[in-house]
Amino acid sequence: MTTLDSKVPAGSIEDKWNNHKFSIRLVNPANKRKYSIIVIGSGLAGASAAATLGELGYNVKVITYHDSPRRAHSIAAQGGINAAKNYHNDGDSVYRLFYDTVKGGDYRSREANVYRLAEVSNHIIDQATAQGVPFAREYGGLLDNRSFGGAQVSRTFYARGQTGQQLLLGAYQALAKEIAKGSVEMINRSELLEVVTHEGQAAGVVVRDLITGEVTAHSAHAVVLATGGYSNVFFLSTNAMACNTTAIWRAHRKGAHFANPCYTQIHPTCIPQSDESQSKLTLMSESLRNDGRIWVPKTVGDNRPAGDILESERDYYLERIYPAFGNLVPRDVASRNAKTQVDSGHGVGPLNNGVYLDFKHAIARLGEDTIRERYGNLFEMYERITDDNPYETPMRIYPAPHYTMGGAWVDYNLMTSIPGLYAIGEANFSDHGANRLGASALMQGLADGYFVLPYTIGDYLADFLNVDPVPTDHDVFRQAITQVQDRTAKFLATKGTRSADWFHRELGKIMLAECGMERSREGLEKAIREIPHLREEFETDVKVLGTNESFNQSLERVGRVADFFELAELMCRDALDREESCGGHFRVEHQTEEGEARRNDEDFTHVSAWAWNGPNQPQTKHKEQLVFENVKLATRSYK
Amino acid sequence: MDVILSVWRQVGPDAEGEFVRYEANDIPDHASFLEMLDIVNENLNTNNEEPIAFDHDCREGICGMCGMMINGQAHGPQLGTATCQLHMRKFKDGDTIRIEPWRAEGFPVVRDLTVDRSAFDRIIEAGGYITVSTGSAPDANLIPVPKLAAEAAMDAAACIGCGACVAACPNSAAQLFTSAKVSHLNLLPQGQAERFSRVADMVDEMEKWFGACSNHGECETACPKSISIDFIALMNRDYIRSKFQQGRLAGQR
Repeated sequence: MTTLDSKVPAGSIEDKWNNHKFSIRLVNPANKRKYSIIVIGSGLAGASAAATLGELGYNVKVITYHDSPRRAHSIAAQGGINAAKNYHNDGDSVYRLFYDTVKGGDYRSREANVYRLAEVSNHIIDQATAQGVPFAREYGGLLDNRSFGGAQVSRTFYARGQTGQQLLLGAYQALAKEIAKGSVEMINRSELLEVVTHEGQAAGVVVRDLITGEVTAHSAHAVVLATGGYSNVFFLSTNAMACNTTAIWRAHRKGAHFANPCYTQIHPTCIPQSDESQSKLTLMSESLRNDGRIWVPKTVGDNRPAGDILESERDYYLERIYPAFGNLVPRDVASRNAKTQVDSGHGVGPLNNGVYLDFKHAIARLGEDTIRERYGNLFEMYERITDDNPYETPMRIYPAPHYTMGGAWVDYNLMTSIPGLYAIGEANFSDHGANRLGASALMQGLADGYFVLPYTIGDYLADFLNVDPVPTDHDVFRQAITQVQDRTAKFLATKGTRSADWFHRELGKIMLAECGMERSREGLEKAIREIPHLREEFETDVKVLGTNESFNQSLERVGRVADFFELAELMCRDALDREESCGGHFRVEHQTEEGEARRNDEDFTHVSAWAWNGPNQPQTKHKEQLVFENVKLATRSYK
Repeated sequence: MDVILSVWRQVGPDAEGEFVRYEANDIPDHASFLEMLDIVNENLNTNNEEPIAFDHDCREGICGMCGMMINGQAHGPQLGTATCQLHMRKFKDGDTIRIEPWRAEGFPVVRDLTVDRSAFDRIIEAGGYITVSTGSAPDANLIPVPKLAAEAAMDAAACIGCGACVAACPNSAAQLFTSAKVSHLNLLPQGQAERFSRVADMVDEMEKWFGACSNHGECETACPKSISIDFIALMNRDYIRSKFQQGRLAGQR
């Protein structure tokens, strides 16, 4: 086990980023065009980074498997984006946003990164507003805010229930501007299948054209992975169908450490599963918890319609257990409490697998029009899916896998353990610790893309002035292309009996049961035994029809599922290794008498960064010790 | 429920296509339309037939990736609903459902129900943005935006770029898509500096790919976000004005 160097600059927390920006090397404007950078992914992080790097003058190539950058799953974020503007005069500050985020992350994030995030949060709002993002306004024309879980101030900026869409369109439009200018080359419908290194440094990538099947090499001075999270390892999640781990997993296999894979977030407000054929779960924005009250019937198995259950027969359990934060406790707390209610027989709905989120009181207090203005599109979406009208009957909700705090290990510069390979946005691990607060994902994706990476990447590039990237006909690229082609050919030649989706669903069931909201030693050990068996079966019995040389969606999926199998095992090993409960990682062996998470600060105030040792070999754990110089470690309390 | 599908199958852009009949049996009522297709595809795979290719991703009606003609209607029978949010409970047991890709010259078929919508990206690249480099923005509250303007801009900005408007239009016109983006930016104070060059450039690019608008209004009905054709009028107004404005100094309207 080695200790990793996070390269956090010296100085007080307030000065670190400013000092760092001054001390790192710059690339002079006239020289920037001599450098090429590949960005994988075109969501908030990727599009904002690519647009900004293009503006600065670098040669940028963006690769996405979507048909357009505007499709990336950032688009589905509903509720909002945090910033420490303190426009509401309610005591907010950069320091408070920093503090809330570190505490919300259950003291498992890197202080310096979080402070920087809070510091640049205000610039993001400025930037997005100037781009024309139609944030909600007050009557005076100034920006409106709302509150979100884990905070006692109103600092969330929003554009109806479509904040992610509007911010992504802002970044996409900035990217389109650079594409039109010629500084960014956009490659759509192409998927990264290998990360290529040369002498230990990132050299480029190998991608497959999803329409023609052609496999090509692309080289650059630096590669940026902005490929999102891996919640789809659970099969059923709120992620889009195509979200996958392949890019960061391929990087991991080439030497990038994978940090805290077991830190996954199960979002409390999703529509409960209705049956086996369900393909994905739909999130209902956390902002609904501002006005909705969560309850279950006090009596076990009470299946009367919600309207027939008297106030005195209802248990508003979050308000009862956590009087200070009530329905606005952080996500991990809200999720686990919902599970406790359902597991103890208080669940509601046809399958007794949900809890109520009730707007009756809010509608009585504010009127239906106000509620419609705030959440109209969410209510409509709910009705389309469930056929229930939430203005009349309470919504049914249940937690679902939503976000992954773990990801590629990066230093303060957002560089992975492979020099020249960066990871930004949800793909990295650094800012959210063991639990992400609401409205922080958009903030982090855009902070990394607009305001952090474009500075830090120059420091690395400065060494390569007038050095050409490794040519794409070099052996390292040829080998990588052959590997990709062989892998594809193997999938097509397996000719088994079951689809990749079938295996994915089975893997998801194991992961949700043993590595979901609650984990136990026994369950994790069982998963670690079962996953390799299922993987073996997958490798010998998967059936992929068609050819490589065509638009073949089954072939796209099988490679992603194969990588999920390897990741799933690592997630379970990490969860087993982490003998504590923190944030989204809840080990039943480590809880207080009231059933709250019990951290083990003495042994686990560190980042677990796992190094690849080859197929079928357990990874080696490296540690990054987390140092808290500003925020005092305490037991989180939302009571 | 059991339904019968008649699905357009076409292996590639230059191949001949045809309708193929499939039986979709034992579909749960609360399955979404795309989950019904998942079940059909799973069965096809079992029977050694290549699954039906169709674009889809978020399945929450926001990414704009999915879209198909369902019984001749873009995104199917439910108003204001993308294909992925349409549920089988809107159909009856025994129904026959015809499924086709978007039909438009500007959207060539890639395979089966998948089409190439990159023409939309070209329209955005022509001017669908506000030129503001990262870091150059003033404090957000220095630009007050009247609430009504922000709301109207948001109504237009809700467009998901799915292409249903084009598919529904008898002329394959892209006025609703283009006008939604033009209006989103032209209605805001931030968008004024480039207002007239934006509309002129975007409309010119649009006309390279798509047909002319003759005010049928099919696009508005098909739009999963119910975007109003009023925006087409706004775009046309700005387009005409752009012909008088060009050549003058920016800002001297």
